[in-house]
Amino acid sequence: MAQDDNGGTDIAAAGSSSHEHEVAASPGTAVVVADGFENPGFPPHRKRVTDEDPKKAKTAERAVYTMFYLSIVGSVWAIAAYMIFPMESNDVFDVRLNNLSFGLGVSLALLAIGFGAVHWAKALMHDVELVDERHPVRGSEETRAGAVKVFQDADQESGFTRRSVIRNSLIGALVVFPLPAVVLFRGLAPQDQDPVELLSHTMWTQGTRLTLDPSGVPIKASDITIGSAFHVIPEGLNELEHHRLEEKAKAAVLLMRLNPEELNETPDRADWSYQGIVAYSKICTHVGCPVALYEQHTHHLLCPCHQSQFDVANHCEVIFGPAKRPLPQLPIAVDDEGYLVAQSDFTEPVGPSFWERH
Amino acid sequence: MSTAAPTTSAPEKRKGGFTAAASNYIDERTSISTVVKELGRKAFPDHWSFLLGEIALFSFVVVLISGTFLTFFFQASMAEVHYEGSYVPLKGIEMSVAMASTLDISFDLRGGLFVRQMHHWAALLFVAAIGLHMLRIFFTGAFRKPRELNWVIGFVLFVLAMGEGFTGYSLPDDLLSGNGLRIIDGMIKGMPVIGTWTSFLLFGGEFPGTAIVGRLYTLHILLLPAIIVALIAVHLLFVVVHKHTQYAAPGKTQQNAVGPPILPVYAAKAGGFFFIVFGVLALIASLFTINPIWNYGPYDPSPVSAGTQPDWYIGFADGALRLIPPGWEFVWLERTWSFNILVPLVGLLVFLGLVFIYPFIEAWITGDKREHHIADRPRNAPTRTAIGAAGVTFYAGLWAAASSDLIATHFKLTMEGVIHSLQAVVILGPFLAYFITKRVCLALQKKDREVVLHGYESGRIVKLPGGEFIEVHQPLDEYDRWRLVSYESYAPLMIRPDARGRISVWQKMRAGFSRWFFEDRIAPVTRAELEASHSDHH
Amino acid sequence: MTSSKRRTGRRSPLATVALLALGLVFTGGAYAAFSTGTAQAEVEATSQQTIEEGKKLFQANCATCHGLDAQGTEAGPSLVGVGAAAVDFQVGTGRMPMQMQGPQAEQKPVQFTDEQTKQLAYYVASLGPGPDIPADHLVNGGGDAANGAELFRINCAMCHNVAGAGGALTEGKYAPALNDVSGVHIYEAMVTGPQNMPVFNDLNITPEDKRDIITYLQYIQDNRSPGGFELGSLGPVSEGLFIWIFGLGTIVAITVWITAKSN
Repeated sequence: MAQDDNGGTDIAAAGSSSHEHEVAASPGTAVVVADGFENPGFPPHRKRVTDEDPKKAKTAERAVYTMFYLSIVGSVWAIAAYMIFPMESNDVFDVRLNNLSFGLGVSLALLAIGFGAVHWAKALMHDVELVDERHPVRGSEETRAGAVKVFQDADQESGFTRRSVIRNSLIGALVVFPLPAVVLFRGLAPQDQDPVELLSHTMWTQGTRLTLDPSGVPIKASDITIGSAFHVIPEGLNELEHHRLEEKAKAAVLLMRLNPEELNETPDRADWSYQGIVAYSKICTHVGCPVALYEQHTHHLLCPCHQSQFDVANHCEVIFGPAKRPLPQLPIAVDDEGYLVAQSDFTEPVGPSFWERH
Repeated sequence: MSTAAPTTSAPEKRKGGFTAAASNYIDERTSISTVVKELGRKAFPDHWSFLLGEIALFSFVVVLISGTFLTFFFQASMAEVHYEGSYVPLKGIEMSVAMASTLDISFDLRGGLFVRQMHHWAALLFVAAIGLHMLRIFFTGAFRKPRELNWVIGFVLFVLAMGEGFTGYSLPDDLLSGNGLRIIDGMIKGMPVIGTWTSFLLFGGEFPGTAIVGRLYTLHILLLPAIIVALIAVHLLFVVVHKHTQYAAPGKTQQNAVGPPILPVYAAKAGGFFFIVFGVLALIASLFTINPIWNYGPYDPSPVSAGTQPDWYIGFADGALRLIPPGWEFVWLERTWSFNILVPLVGLLVFLGLVFIYPFIEAWITGDKREHHIADRPRNAPTRTAIGAAGVTFYAGLWAAASSDLIATHFKLTMEGVIHSLQAVVILGPFLAYFITKRVCLALQKKDREVVLHGYESGRIVKLPGGEFIEVHQPLDEYDRWRLVSYESYAPLMIRPDARGRISVWQKMRAGFSRWFFEDRIAPVTRAELEASHSDHH
Repeated sequence: MTSSKRRTGRRSPLATVALLALGLVFTGGAYAAFSTGTAQAEVEATSQQTIEEGKKLFQANCATCHGLDAQGTEAGPSLVGVGAAAVDFQVGTGRMPMQMQGPQAEQKPVQFTDEQTKQLAYYVASLGPGPDIPADHLVNGGGDAANGAELFRINCAMCHNVAGAGGALTEGKYAPALNDVSGVHIYEAMVTGPQNMPVFNDLNITPEDKRDIITYLQYIQDNRSPGGFELGSLGPVSEGLFIWIFGLGTIVAITVWITAKSN
């Protein structure tokens, strides 16, 4: 790398001697060292034991072909394993056995070829390094001039520069023609729906019973003991023909009963709970994971995805983590038969924030 | 060649039998002999770190092979079915066809689980190997002219590989990946102006919809692989055009490439290495479970598992989301500004953007227009190495944050404490890493100078006639010395006024950067210095 | 355990079930709202002697924190009405007696023999009605694993992880791993809600459903993963660490061998 120490002058010298690199590239702020060391050239070649000792070479040869034979054994083993380890018994252990024995056969087949080939290359193949000359990546001046000439001729013959109206109109056409393809992608989502409208409502309406997830069994207020957490879906969700998961993704609720003395309710929401029973949306206001880790003594709800924490005793206000908004509360009441029902839909969109939300 | 062909091929045919005849047949129709002659004996520099890209390439081939097999059995449909396969704890459970077919591959197709596990493990290895390969390129300066564009292509491949990974992770429509998509949906919705509609279009309506798995499947098996294959081809073509870099060593110069020839040694090693990578992946697939979707169950918006994390390469983005403190969201102008999503998103884009353009920044600062074929030792570019270490620390902090809950349980810490510590790591860590790395590099360079000037410490203590003890130093031979003295060294840029006597802001900026990069500079030993030190000793 | 009997209890401010020592002071004289109807009868059937033995053990080992009559103190909650199930769980898994105050009571080597545990349990059960130790047929598997798995994912997996590997809670607390936990203890944990775990009473998850959940947990314990070693069942994090350290690590070591000069 002496040429580097000389700040690129050697590259220029080397280039001009071979007539390939007429322009010396600028070394920039690289420091030119006047009395750098000379590259000492290649060190003397060191022979391998397999070059000097025919016995060692023979051993290496044996090792290589043993590997390749082993590979054949591995392949045959894998084929046999495929047949002798069935997994049609509904037993997980059989699947495991099939996977393991077939896989080990394949592994042996592959690894033995690999190690055999590399060992062959290292121990037995001719061990002398070659030296290739590098040429500058840029074309020679002559080639470059030729290329420029090609473009000039093409321009001359087509009139690309001269006939500017033709050129510009073509550019215009090329810019506009992909636009219909862009428009096509509007079809990715239904034409007749407005996402903002959909995001603003859930299945809950006045009188919808709170039912157990996944069975759909309605829940009585008296079923819920203090310290309990019930995973809740709206009545009728399981019977939906379409959009069941979409509705569930908005309507999932966690129902908890706290000691009423421990609930700090604001006056405007005082009648949203029932004897310490509160219902909150399970969908995180951060990016939408189900917030379902309920600690019954601290009254904290934790999201397992990004660790946002909500305090159930204080209307699920955020006490830690990246979420900003409290989980929306579902106002609940008890119907004539003692079942828990929603007073209304959520009063705000559930789930992650979106641009049009305010 | 056309005139030479009949005369040369005729005798060959008689001598060589089938091989020669076949070669002749092919060459007369493809001119393949030119390629073999051109490339067959190219020297390919040999160093373990030059094989990292090959790990990525080979694991990608494994991904392609295993993935093709899986497409014969996987059905990318979100239609609901009741599972009737052989895994008992899911029998009769309602799930999508995608999930059911993935379970069938795992439990009812012999060798299916093996191929599925190999596909997933190979995908993880693919991205990991790309990452390590990029670090090698970065820390040895192998992105410098003429290889800047190949860095760019490699970077795009890295991003596409993450995209391939994420789309594949989401296909089985299990609980884990479904919650992953839920997070993606939440992030998209948080983007200003376009968020709500982008999510709506992506999912074909409301989340989760019935379209997303099919759409991701098209991306996963058609669009992304096609682009990746094309870019890998260009990436490798550039390697041929540029020839591989090599480390400074006696005999190696900027004008040569030294190494074993492609045929036979390099081909045998690389070919063998392909089988080794394939074999290691097969071994891992037969011994270690990956993505046990039978535990996760089908996607349902209500449940979630503790320890819900993305595959490792998306971890840094998940971690970035976790590290945002509460309250970064505002309503302004009747619109919601979700800075708790925007800040990580923009932060990561800036980070990736800096990685993308780094070669151009460094080229601008040094102003060096020469080609560089000798890879740097990291210590000889202290500022670059320190910047790299800072970047790695930043990334690692975000990455660790994605497993904050597991760190908390496994080391008996509080998750709040882990998050707060990682917030500090991500913000302060890069500065600390920068400072320490730079000092270490400079110290190592000084040590190199010492060794060149005074030789190695031999461990032999000699008593001088005057009663003084000294350790005998073993001088370096010229080959060892060459490795330590042959490196690039840059000086800070001196600003000179232009023809009109002015200094542009641009120039001032460049000078500022240049000072930052090259102020602390340890120059390589010169001959004069070595001679001076020798005369000191004797 | 029918609902009609359950509902006979008064709804006084009650101090649920857990024996955790988080400094929560519960008002004394609380009664469980979810008394299991049969519990009362069984406790009465238990010989008075067992209860006496239990009382002695209690006063020697537990009274420091829970008070001489289990009425609770600053250091530990009242145990009146927590039922035999709570005691059997807490003592039977070694969580009680607690060694030191921490984010939550840790599982430790069990301090009492099975017999002593039962004596303690029936003594505490005699103080007020509470959930009883479940019957054998509910805890030894034999239920519907598929139903159990679904209920487990909805009600349990968010804290305990889908494979029962456990997970983190706030402020250093955690949901423990469920492998190697006996069916009885899992059942007792569900009905009593130890520490910060919510209560899953029989109207939320019926006894048969609880049996199914236990069946599922036993299934995944008896049938280890078909894919091979599970890497702790921790999901993508352990998979990522594995591929970096062992996968890539192994292959990089091999690259060093490939490019090293043969001697």
